[in-house]
Amino acid sequence: MRVRITFSKFGALRYIGHLDLHRIWERTCRRAGIALSYSQGFHPQPRISLAAALPLGFIGQAELMDLWLEKDEDLIEIIRLLQESAPAGLKLTAIQSIENHQAALQTQVKFADYEIIFLDPVDGEEIAIKIERLISSTTIRRTRRSRQYDLRPLIVSLKFIISDDDNPARLIMRLSASPAATGRPEEILSEFEIEPENTRIIRTGLVLKAE
Amino acid sequence: MINPNEIESRLERVLLTVQKPGRYVGGELNITVKNWDEIETHVALVFPDIYDLGISNIGLKILYDQVNLRPDALAERAYAPWLDMETVLRVNQIPLYSLESKHALQDFDIIGFTLPYETLYTNTLNILDLAGVPIFSQDRDKNHPIVVAGGHACFNPEPMHPFIDAFAIGEGEEVIHDIINAQQTWKKSNKERKELLLALAQIPGVYVPSLYEPYYLEDNTISSIKQLSAEVPSSVIKRVVGKLPPPPTHFIVPNIEVVHDRISIEVMRGCTRGCRFCHAGFISRPIRERSVKEVVDAAETAIRSTGFQEFSLMSLSSSDYAHISDLVTAISDRFGNGRLTISLPSLRIDTVSVDLMDRLGNRRGTGFTLAPEAATERMRRIINKFITDEQIIDTAKAAYSHGWTNIKLYFMIGHPSETVEDVEAIARLCNLIHSEGRRLIGGRAKVHVSVGTFVPKPHTPFQWVSCDTSDQIELKQNILKSKLKDRNIKLTWTAIEDSLLESWLSRGDRRLSEVIYTAWKNGAKFDAWQDQHRYSIWMEAFSTHDIDPAFYTHRPRREDEIFPWDHISPGVRKSFLLKDYRMSLEGKLRQDCREICFACGILPLYANLRRKNPGEIWRCPDVKSPAQVLVGKQE
Repeated sequence: MRVRITFSKFGALRYIGHLDLHRIWERTCRRAGIALSYSQGFHPQPRISLAAALPLGFIGQAELMDLWLEKDEDLIEIIRLLQESAPAGLKLTAIQSIENHQAALQTQVKFADYEIIFLDPVDGEEIAIKIERLISSTTIRRTRRSRQYDLRPLIVSLKFIISDDDNPARLIMRLSASPAATGRPEEILSEFEIEPENTRIIRTGLVLKAE
Repeated sequence: MINPNEIESRLERVLLTVQKPGRYVGGELNITVKNWDEIETHVALVFPDIYDLGISNIGLKILYDQVNLRPDALAERAYAPWLDMETVLRVNQIPLYSLESKHALQDFDIIGFTLPYETLYTNTLNILDLAGVPIFSQDRDKNHPIVVAGGHACFNPEPMHPFIDAFAIGEGEEVIHDIINAQQTWKKSNKERKELLLALAQIPGVYVPSLYEPYYLEDNTISSIKQLSAEVPSSVIKRVVGKLPPPPTHFIVPNIEVVHDRISIEVMRGCTRGCRFCHAGFISRPIRERSVKEVVDAAETAIRSTGFQEFSLMSLSSSDYAHISDLVTAISDRFGNGRLTISLPSLRIDTVSVDLMDRLGNRRGTGFTLAPEAATERMRRIINKFITDEQIIDTAKAAYSHGWTNIKLYFMIGHPSETVEDVEAIARLCNLIHSEGRRLIGGRAKVHVSVGTFVPKPHTPFQWVSCDTSDQIELKQNILKSKLKDRNIKLTWTAIEDSLLESWLSRGDRRLSEVIYTAWKNGAKFDAWQDQHRYSIWMEAFSTHDIDPAFYTHRPRREDEIFPWDHISPGVRKSFLLKDYRMSLEGKLRQDCREICFACGILPLYANLRRKNPGEIWRCPDVKSPAQVLVGKQE
């Protein structure tokens, strides 16, 4: 049985990387008494597949993961058992059953939505002008690991929301997130000359290709 | 004072600039977080090395559970920040804080350090400094936390005497409650700090160094150690529990990968073998065992509560556990589905051990470990660990033929009476084992030879023995390097500087505290890390204080010398150790004391405890009316 789980990752788990998260889910399943199927081969591994690595320090609001279970189980029961066994900082929010033959979850991711909260006061007008300039340019040349690339096509949308009484100023953006072309929110911040540690970055959702 | 919210908001800005920020955020499964304001006594438990090493420390876990079981107290954890995080903390003026509630360590009532080994001393000072707590006990006032330390290294507390307010000698399960109770009573009384120290010093097993003073002879050895108050005992006798309490099962599950990602269940405490170099073997007597059922049930609960895939059955000598075969059967029946890795360290060198390991099943990626320590009959007699070459070779052959490809062998060099021939015998034995392996399984046969350097430890028969000179050790290491050349034999050894540091600290006196302080001031820390070791800083610190390091290492001790740790008692008599030392000089063996009692001193000293826990709980043989033996001696 293959199930897709939507979960959020926050609190202390913000500072836990992708490989560690994989192991945390594995242990959570074991504590929950949910038997995972194992891969074939010399070193069988439990079949857990996370949609897209969430960079260290990001909060995930609606991360996606597929699990392959040895036995069919009630979906509500699975989510209850897993939530009971999960560490603080992981909250399960949805579950659906998935056809076994569907393509790997990683290959289905198309876009990622982000919200970036500024921890310090920012000059809203200046940012608005910079956004305007970024969006209207046809190419944004950048270098990543000594390779040239164009950031512009990776930005699907980008807007700035000014602070009000309840909320600090923030950026809302949708970036390309297919395995071959992934935009990173820090790269946008770098265009604004803002250090990522002075922000709080939340991945608010992942958008999958239509099947 | 900086509050937890402020600490958290400062942390958010800096955590992504350090390696492995997951070390510094807490939030793990199975931690206990209580409401700070509703709790009377706040205890910070500190392992003075990084999170990755400290998280799996079983001693602190036992104390964490003990304290958190009390409704009136809480325990939270802290570890040494790695160098990058230390800089970040200092630059951003973030005091060292607890992982659970992010309270600054200085907000706690009690800071408890575990000091299982000596090379954590400089880190301890560094942590006090990062916590904003005065380094010296005498500079702390009634508003500062009380600083307590326990663990194996504290059986010689003197090198750390000015920094620690009180040492807990021996097992911590019960004494931690006495310390908390004394602190609570004192706090309500609103008296001066010295009143608390005096109260602590009256708890059995607690040593308050500021209430004692050593006097020295001209040669810097000790003439006497005197109490500064009539209310404190002349000798502090270690605490032991009569019966081992239920083992911890709800282990904290780290979110990041750490060194020992596993469950540890202590099968028994203490050891009856009497290997003369072994500190733990003498200070953790008497021998107490848990039942098979208790161990297996604990393992089951722990697996369910943690999701770990590996567990280790801990003891100093697993083969000596009375029900070892039943335990292995029960474990493999219950957990032998192939997905769990079960380790059973410290097995005796015999083919039965291969059978036990075989029955446990999982051997993927692990080697088979044997610890002969010495390779000649002469040395084996001196150290009182007697195994024949034949036994070692038969065991190795059995392991190779049962599917293990890598045999790991532990040896020790550097006993001053060891000769070049004794060292050559080590190489010969290793080569022989390797060629037997080749014969049995061909080119897959590997041997890993790990050669440690002998460090004489207090409270052992070798406390009178001097260290081998650096030249001798280098010579001996070179012999092994030149004779163990096959590419399937891996040789590892201890850096000479690391052994020297451990040797100075192990048998240090109060004067050494100045050296520790100066070394720390000049940048020594993480001394347990081979790559961080700053030998020159230590040598400079010795010369600053005009102390000859050889006084601690290479000086032969008189048989009647008063040692700096003589007022700390592990329950084993000094006269017993001296006799054992003399036997060692004559190459005489002392057999396992499970069958015959050699009167080390434990039974009369803890006679009441033994009487309350009769039968199989203790593995000491029955001695008729042990209490009368003591009375007889006094007359």
